[in-house]
Amino acid sequence: MSNEAQTVHIDDYKFGFHYPDNSVFKTRKGLDEDVVKAISSHKQEPDWMLQYRLQALKVFREKQMPNWGGDLSDIDFDEIYYYAKPSEEQSRTWDDVPDDIKTTFDRIGIPEAERKYLAGVGAQYDSEMVYHNIQESVAKLGVLFTDPETAVREHPEIVKKYFGTVIPYSDNKFAALNSAVWSGGSFVYIPPGVRVEVPLQAYFRINSENFGQFERTLIIADEGSFVHYVEGCTAPVYATDSLHSAVVEIIALPGSRVRYTTIQNWSSDVYNLVTKRAFAYENATVEWVDGNIGSKRTMKYPSIWLMGEGAHGEVLSIAFAGKGQEQDTGGKAVHCASNTSSVITSKSISKDGGTASYRGQIKIEPDLHDVKSHVVCDALLIDEHSISNTYPYMDIQSDDVSMEHEARVSKISEEQLFYLMSRGMDEAEASMTIVNGFLDPLVKQLPMEYAVELNRLIELEMEGSVG
Amino acid sequence: MEIKIEGLEAKIGDTPILRGVDLTMKSGEVHALMGPNGSGKSTLSNVVFGHPSYEVTGGRVLVDGEDILEMEPHERARLGLFLAFQYPVEISGVTVGRFLRRAVEIRFEGQKEVRTKGFLKDLREAMDFMEIDQQFINRYLNEGFSGGEKKRMEILQMLMLQPQFSILDETDSGLDIDALAVVARGVNKMRDHDFGALIITHYQRILDHIKPDFVHIMYQGRIVTSGGGEIVTELEKRGYDWVRAQYGQEEEVHE
Ligand SMILES: Nc1ncnc2c1ncn2[C@@H]1O[C@H](COP(=O)(O)OP(=O)(O)OP(=O)(O)O)[C@@H](O)[C@H]1O
Ligand SMILES: [Mg+2]
Repeated sequence: MSNEAQTVHIDDYKFGFHYPDNSVFKTRKGLDEDVVKAISSHKQEPDWMLQYRLQALKVFREKQMPNWGGDLSDIDFDEIYYYAKPSEEQSRTWDDVPDDIKTTFDRIGIPEAERKYLAGVGAQYDSEMVYHNIQESVAKLGVLFTDPETAVREHPEIVKKYFGTVIPYSDNKFAALNSAVWSGGSFVYIPPGVRVEVPLQAYFRINSENFGQFERTLIIADEGSFVHYVEGCTAPVYATDSLHSAVVEIIALPGSRVRYTTIQNWSSDVYNLVTKRAFAYENATVEWVDGNIGSKRTMKYPSIWLMGEGAHGEVLSIAFAGKGQEQDTGGKAVHCASNTSSVITSKSISKDGGTASYRGQIKIEPDLHDVKSHVVCDALLIDEHSISNTYPYMDIQSDDVSMEHEARVSKISEEQLFYLMSRGMDEAEASMTIVNGFLDPLVKQLPMEYAVELNRLIELEMEGSVG
Repeated sequence: MEIKIEGLEAKIGDTPILRGVDLTMKSGEVHALMGPNGSGKSTLSNVVFGHPSYEVTGGRVLVDGEDILEMEPHERARLGLFLAFQYPVEISGVTVGRFLRRAVEIRFEGQKEVRTKGFLKDLREAMDFMEIDQQFINRYLNEGFSGGEKKRMEILQMLMLQPQFSILDETDSGLDIDALAVVARGVNKMRDHDFGALIITHYQRILDHIKPDFVHIMYQGRIVTSGGGEIVTELEKRGYDWVRAQYGQEEEVHE
């Protein structure tokens, strides 16, 4: 079999290459109970998890498709492969990872990043984590960082206690789908008082065509702990569509802080429909940094439920909608306790006819006091035919609330371009400079490596955008 | 460097604004351009720099004999031309330091190594000279700057970019007396080198600091008269009425 990657040049997407489908096991196209059972038995799961999946499958079938956000009518659930196992074993060293897969991750730069600045890395290829490793020094502190299958086997008491409690399968159609066929993802547990100062990172790669990737991530930060978890994703460019539908649950116990950073860079044929939610207990802080650059349609609104006094939640959402893309993103904060605060900052860029929509919700339960919420949505339009929408929803049932909402849409102005060009920049560089400036207040909150990565991706998207 | 503007005509939408401007300037010379509000002074600067809103309907702009009217604004800048804007725009999220580093890099392409190496030192010196606080290096370009700060920033950019010819569009407007002296010092410093300028202004005071070799008066989209410093004194005394009386064209006065 050939190891030559086939690179497809569409829109300068750098990660559009793929290797032959060398899966060692793959379920047939489409979804029914047998497919779910096959996945479960392949994972040698306990019966409780199989039952959970089957329940979720029922709910998936009953639930309607969302009737808002992007157009999903092109998704054909019968044409998708729901599970593809890329290799027999998960590896702890890159040397043991099969060649195609290792080369893929080399090209994306994961092993190098691990050496340089990560506390642990998980790498998922289609349905399974093919590599999972945590630095010994971090593991010694009692930090658990594995794929969720291993967690089901080795830490069933923690998994049973939290799995599906933040996002039940009844939440929405895609959460139900994920709960039925989930595979791979991460399980993270940080013991009380432990601070993991450098990030844990998971990387998700789709290789197969017509494929559905359904990873599941569960993060539990015990009291007073800290963790920064980062995920990145890419896929080859095919003529047909793929589906990525993850569920991410975070439990931030009292006094802990969790930061979750996503740099999503799916190819332009991936539907990215992800449910992300966190519970933040007393004095806990949860931050979602959500960068959505690629995909065909993304619908994703990371949310934070502020469950205890003193809890704080932040969502920083960055979306780039290019040609044929629809980014329907934003954030939600649900205030369930007094003395809680939330900040949602959204920055979107639309170009070449792309649509970026901010969709967000602030909900404040009755009888609370000292609740603060601040929402800022900034949109930048690169040209006349691109679109930006804002859909803020508010449901405020307490009086002692300070709520601010700002929304701005700007176009790259001729005067700004002229000014920069009069200083010697060509038009492309001048637009890029304005776009980078627009994002700067957000990007500079990211750790250096991710800021550089995000800038680079946006630069690639901007290239050739100016005629 | 020689800039030769010949019969330049330009309109915005359907409104003609420049109606045949003739003006020749060389580096080594300082020209002053005066004229009532709306006479077309900023339009002239914008057209010389290739602002996309204006349509050139006639004439030429030659830089050392080469017509630049087909060039993009950045190509004109790279010839060594500089425009200090009457209303500098804010570029949010782009720091003064980062912006200037890049602009200097472009201007001195080829000698990049040398220039960017000493860049920060040069910038700090220039800032001291312009009495601009060093903290401005990390501020976003023009964002939240006071009127006077914006004007000083334009001159700082000029000092860093070392153009051969600058158009300064009302750089003196809105400056307090001390700031005016600082800005004038910046321009005069440039005159040590092979440098020329067109100073657009409404007031004599900046011209007391920067002695012009030639003074031109623009009216209704044309340069109607040129001379030496005596014209400025005349204007300060008598205003523009005599210009209107002498050069006003009946059919073009719509008010
Ligand atoms: N973008 C524009 N749209 C419409 N009219 C314009 C535009 N730019 C300039 N004009 C018009 O062109 C004429 C000349 O304007 P310009 O700004 O060149 O005058 P100026 O001599 O610089 O005046 P001032 O001394 O007030 O700065 C004015 O009548 C002005 O309203
Ligand atoms: Mg003007």
